Amino acid sequence: MRVFKMRKEDLREYLESLKKVGELWAPVRKGDKFVYDKIDDVDKVELKALRTILPPKKFFIPQRNTVLKYRLNNEYADPVEEVPFRILFGLHPCDINGLLILDRIYLERFPDPLYKKRRENTAIIGLSCVPDEKCLGKSTNTHYVEEGFDIALTDLDDKYLVWVSSSLGDDLVRYRIDLFDENITEDDMKQYVSWRNWRDSQYKLYYDLTGMPDIMVLSWDSPLWEELADDCLSCGMCSMVCPTCPCYNVKDITELSSDEGERIRYWDSCMYREFALVAGGHNFREARAERIKLWYTHKLKSFGHEFGKPACVGCGRCIDTCPADINVARVIKALKGEEVKV
Amino acid sequence: MRENAERNPLMPEPMRIVRKYDLTESVRFFQVRPLDTQRALTLNYKPGQFMMISLAGVGEAPFSISSSPSRPGLLEFCIRRTGKVTDAIFGLKENAIIGVRGPYGNGFPFEKMEGHDIIIVVGGLGAAPLRSLVLYALDNRDSFGKVYYLHGARKPSEMLFREESFELMQRDDLICLLTVDEDDTGTWPCYKGVVTDLFKYIEDIDPENTYAAVCGPPVMYRFVIDELVKLGIPKHQILMTLERRMHCGIGKCGHCIIGSVYTCLDGPVFNYWDVLHMKDLI
Repeated sequence: MRVFKMRKEDLREYLESLKKVGELWAPVRKGDKFVYDKIDDVDKVELKALRTILPPKKFFIPQRNTVLKYRLNNEYADPVEEVPFRILFGLHPCDINGLLILDRIYLERFPDPLYKKRRENTAIIGLSCVPDEKCLGKSTNTHYVEEGFDIALTDLDDKYLVWVSSSLGDDLVRYRIDLFDENITEDDMKQYVSWRNWRDSQYKLYYDLTGMPDIMVLSWDSPLWEELADDCLSCGMCSMVCPTCPCYNVKDITELSSDEGERIRYWDSCMYREFALVAGGHNFREARAERIKLWYTHKLKSFGHEFGKPACVGCGRCIDTCPADINVARVIKALKGEEVKV
Repeated sequence: MRENAERNPLMPEPMRIVRKYDLTESVRFFQVRPLDTQRALTLNYKPGQFMMISLAGVGEAPFSISSSPSRPGLLEFCIRRTGKVTDAIFGLKENAIIGVRGPYGNGFPFEKMEGHDIIIVVGGLGAAPLRSLVLYALDNRDSFGKVYYLHGARKPSEMLFREESFELMQRDDLICLLTVDEDDTGTWPCYKGVVTDLFKYIEDIDPENTYAAVCGPPVMYRFVIDELVKLGIPKHQILMTLERRMHCGIGKCGHCIIGSVYTCLDGPVFNYWDVLHMKDLI
């Protein structure tokens, strides 16, 4: 890690310069929410945006993605795909931690070339945040990042501390080195420490998640799952907005009056009834309660393999999105035996 | 699997259907060969692994490999007509080209099973993956102790590899026991009853030193496992291969997830201890 600092008033100019290096994407306002959008006018970048409607997974696992092209005679070819060099600005630590979990799924066993290419062609510039009443990052210990980004900015009143974590990040700093100062003083360090203390004190939601995987095991037969199933609409929105939900469905789409087509994958949700339905009609998770339990097993117990880490990064999107108010905070509270206010 | 990080792991390779015939009214046997001869001879896999068969414009589905790696050159599948992919496969003639990718999954741990007695228990379509293990054990006969093959079907006409199984009964290096729930022909030469009825004929095995492999319809597992536990076979040596919905076979699409594991990566072969501690497995 290399550390620089940058005067706050220079960020605008820096972002302006980055547009010459690649496509700049950052949170912008959309109604009363925020979304990642391609930036033409850097004044539109919302530095105070907390959570975007969709997490940055949309850049790496697009909502819909061609995995191969085919002819009906079973000739297959790789998709021809131009992935532009992108700079994603303004990712918060929870979302960067979310990407690290997607990396484990998509880059470790049977690396996915489509995901890999996007990851390699994307620079990540993180930005510190101040939590709101839906942020759970301190509980999930995902409120700081040590890897998974190229540059990360910490907002310290009059300046940004600039953490550089990769060779690419270093290139991006060197591109406008005139805006960066490598002379980190003891005062900067003290300012950073006091910022951390202040920021950590701002979490309004905090749960002790020690032992949560065990609590999940012990709650396998809890009536909670049926109670949640009574409310759940199986709409799958929790999966769409979750930064660590990576599941997809596959479909072949043949062009009309042609023998050519594309095999596409598109976001799916284990909350959907047919998710585990096999040919012949057997459904391995027919009951909605079973599907909800699976989702929360991944978020609060383990994901990826039996002894993996819980995948919730505390971004609060399920709290923000679920029309039935089913979310990690409610489930944690209920599992820990605390009163649930819906 | 050719290990190459840059190769699209979702890309099927072209294979030719060289032979097909019906095993039962609804199950058809397919012999398939990679177009690339070198690949055909070097394609390696383990009994219990599966492959994704792709038909452009229709889709992909996972199928257990029924052939044994000890007989290279051809891949064999038995496929029941039950959905849109299998409907399309049933429409194919010899010499048709299909897309195939894999092999995937953990397969049976035969390196651990070597030197042990083996009990293979099959119900219905469970013959598809376990035939691979039977052939492998026979082709490596000196590596295993006693080999029992217990196969149950609803009626004679529904028994997969019936003729092949009759041939197995002629061999003196394994004990092949066949049963049908109901004999509607009146000429069935073997046992009648459910497959668990065959356990009384198992003798002289060393249970601590035995591996069992089970595959069949979901309802069969509990009863068969009970019998195997009664024989004294350790839980982690009772192996079963499971079915789940799969769209990728490589731990991405999530459809085969059971608890926190991917059936396609960590399975489809699990043991009875897995069943007890992972829940939802069977």
